[in-house]
Amino acid sequence: MAQRAAQTRRETLIAGMASFAAAAIAPSLAFADAAAVEAEIKKLYGDKKAEAGKIKLDVPQIAENGLVVPINVEVESPMTAADHVKSVHVFADGNPLPGIVSYKFTPESGRAAASARMRLAQTQNIVCIAEMADGKLFTAKSEVKVTIGGCGG
Amino acid sequence: MVSRREFIQAGLAGSALLAGSGLGSIGRLAAQQRLSEAELLRFEPLGNVTLIHVTDLHAQLVPIYFREPSINLGVGEAKGLVPHITGKDFLSHYKIPAGSPMAYALTSEDFAALARNYGRMGGFDRIARVVKSIRAERGDRCLLLDGGDTWTNSWTSLQTKAADVVEAMNLLKPDAMTGHWEFTLGADRVKEITDSLAFPFLAQNVRESEFEDRVFEPQKMFERGGVKVAVIGQAYPYTGIANPRWMFPKWTFSLKDDDVQKEVDAARAAGAQLVVLLSHNGFDIDRKMAGRVKGIDVILTAHTHDALPEAVQVGKTLLVATGSHGKFVSRLDLDVDKSGVKGFRYRLIPIFSDAITPDAEMAALVKKVRAPFEADLGRVLGKTDGLLYRRGNFQGSLDDVFTDAMLQVRDAEIALSPGVRWGASLIPGQDITFEDVTNACAMTYPNCYRTSMKGSQLKAILEDIGDNIFNPDPYAQGGGDMVRLGGLTFTVDPYQTSGRRISNLKLARNGQALDAGRDYTVAGWASINQGTEGPPIWDVVSTYLQQKKVITPRPLDAVKVVGAG
Repeated sequence: MAQRAAQTRRETLIAGMASFAAAAIAPSLAFADAAAVEAEIKKLYGDKKAEAGKIKLDVPQIAENGLVVPINVEVESPMTAADHVKSVHVFADGNPLPGIVSYKFTPESGRAAASARMRLAQTQNIVCIAEMADGKLFTAKSEVKVTIGGCGG
Repeated sequence: MVSRREFIQAGLAGSALLAGSGLGSIGRLAAQQRLSEAELLRFEPLGNVTLIHVTDLHAQLVPIYFREPSINLGVGEAKGLVPHITGKDFLSHYKIPAGSPMAYALTSEDFAALARNYGRMGGFDRIARVVKSIRAERGDRCLLLDGGDTWTNSWTSLQTKAADVVEAMNLLKPDAMTGHWEFTLGADRVKEITDSLAFPFLAQNVRESEFEDRVFEPQKMFERGGVKVAVIGQAYPYTGIANPRWMFPKWTFSLKDDDVQKEVDAARAAGAQLVVLLSHNGFDIDRKMAGRVKGIDVILTAHTHDALPEAVQVGKTLLVATGSHGKFVSRLDLDVDKSGVKGFRYRLIPIFSDAITPDAEMAALVKKVRAPFEADLGRVLGKTDGLLYRRGNFQGSLDDVFTDAMLQVRDAEIALSPGVRWGASLIPGQDITFEDVTNACAMTYPNCYRTSMKGSQLKAILEDIGDNIFNPDPYAQGGGDMVRLGGLTFTVDPYQTSGRRISNLKLARNGQALDAGRDYTVAGWASINQGTEGPPIWDVVSTYLQQKKVITPRPLDAVKVVGAG
C-alpha cells in the first residue's frame, strides 16, 4: 500500500509557490508508511514489544528546511556494563526508504546521545527505538511538519 | 483588579457621549476632551518594578487607523478563549460599552464611525510622551522592552534599511528587544544594526545552523528598584519558515521548551527575582509555553497583534498582549520581594493621538527622517468610499484591492496575497496615498510574480497554509492569517484536519469549479523563494488605483467559513 504517484506533497507545494521553471514532475516513487517502519523494526527485534520512555527525541515540530532537518536523540542510562544502551535506530514513515540512521553504543560511550541531519520528503513521523543491554526495547515517536511556509505574519 | 475599574470608567465616560456614534465634528471634539492625557495615563503605582512594553510597531512612526479583527478563530485548547474573541463578544467579555474609546481601540465594532470621533492612534512621538511620563514617575524602577517587528513595513524604513526606526528607537531608549521581521533586512544588516545598538538584541533561540553557536545574547540581567530582573529574548521561532530563509541562510530558529527552561534556570541561579520572557512566539504559543516552562513570571507577548485590556494568568505566569502598530503601550507594575511577585497592576494604555501631546524631541526626529520621502509618501493615488482593512483570519477589504490590482495589472486569473497581520486601515472618504499602499506592503521581497499553477497545486497550497493557521497545536502553527485570494472563492472548515479544510473552490468570474488538472495564470507577491521576478507590488497597486480612482469595497463573501460554531 501507500504507493503515491508523482511528486511528493512537499515538491508539489514548492513548485506551486516558485513555479518559474516548468515544474519538473518527479518520477513515480514509492514511499514508506507506518507499516514499513514496523516491518523494519520486526526484522531487528521480531515481535518483542517496545515501551515508551527513556528516549529524548529532539526534532523540530515544523522543519525550517526539509532537506536538512536536525535530529538529536538521547537515551537515559547509567551506561554501565550491566545497564547500558546497546543501539538506537531512527526511522521515518514518509520517506522513500524508512531507515534514517542507526547508532551502536558501549559503556565506554559514556552517554547514549547522538545528532544527525536528515532529509524529509514530506510531513511524517520520526520513530526511534533503543535496545538496552538487558534486551529491553524503548521507543519514541514525533511528527515533523514539512511546509512551504510563507505568508509572514 | 484596579486596572479593570479604571478601564471601565474610561469606557463609561465615552459611552454616555457616543450612543449611536457618528456625531461628526462636535462628537469628535467632545470625544477628545473626554480622552484627556491625564486620564489615559492615570495609574495608581504599585511595587518596585514597572515593565513598559511596546511591540509590533511595524515601523509606523506616525499615527494610523488600525481596525482590530472581526474574525480571529481559536483552535484546539485556544477555542473560545481570549484573544480569539472578537467584536461584541469581546466587548461583553471585558464589559466595555459599545461606542466607547476602548471599544474603538480594541474591536472592529462600528469602526468607521468611531474612527471619525476618536481619530488615529499611535505615533512614535505620542509613545515617547507616554514612556517619558512613566519614567518620570517611576524612575529607576522602569524597564522598557520592545517585542520586535519594529524595524520593517513602512516605506521610509524600507528605503533607509530601517535606519529611520532604529534612530527613533534609540531616542526612546529601550532596555532590550527581540525580533522577527527584522531578519528580513538580511543577516548582514541585522548584525550591523544590533552591533551598534546601545541596548541588547536578545534571542536565545537563534543559532548558527552548523555548530549551533549563538548569534545573539540569550538574556540580560537588570537591576530595577532593587530587584534583579532577568529578561530572556525569544525571537519568532518560525522566521525561517514564514519568511525567506535565504536572507539569513546561516541562522536557525527554534521553539524548544527545554532551551527556554535552561535560560530560566540560569537566570534564577544568577539571582533573578523576576524572570521576564520578551517573546515573539505569538499568544497561543506563549500560553502553551507558560504551562510547560516553570519559573517565568511574565511573558510579554507579540507577533499575533492581540490587544488585551487585562493580563492573562497561566499558573503563576502573567501574559501581557500589547497590540500592534503603536496603538498601545503596556504598563505592568510589579511588587517583587525575595520570594517573588507579591502583586501586580496592569494597564493597556491606548495611544489616542489626538489626546496625547506629541513629545517634541521625537516629533522633530520623525519629521527629519520622513522629510526626504515626503513627496512620495503624500502622493494621492485614489480615494476610498468605504472602510479598507486587512487584519482578520480571512480576506479583508484592503486585500481585495491588492488581489484586484494583481488580477487586472498582471492579467491573471487568480491572485495570491499574503495574510500578514500588519497593514494600516483606511476610513471611508479617505484619500489613498502611496504611504497608505506601502504601509500594507513595504517589505524586502515585494516582487509580484506571474506564473502558472495547476488547480491541484492551488488546493495543496491553501491546505498547507490552512494547517499553519488552524493546526490545533499552537506549536505546529506558523506564519500569519490565511492567504488572500483573488478570482477564487472557497469554503473553509478550520476545525478539520490537514488536507480536509478547504472545499468548494470555484472561479469567482463564472462559478465553475477549480479544475485540479488545468493550468491557471496566477499572480502573487511576497514569495519566499530567492530570485522571484516581477515588479514590486506597490507599483502594481499604484497603477491600479490610478486607473480606478475610487475604490468601493464590495461584500466580503469569497470565503465561506463552516464548522466554526
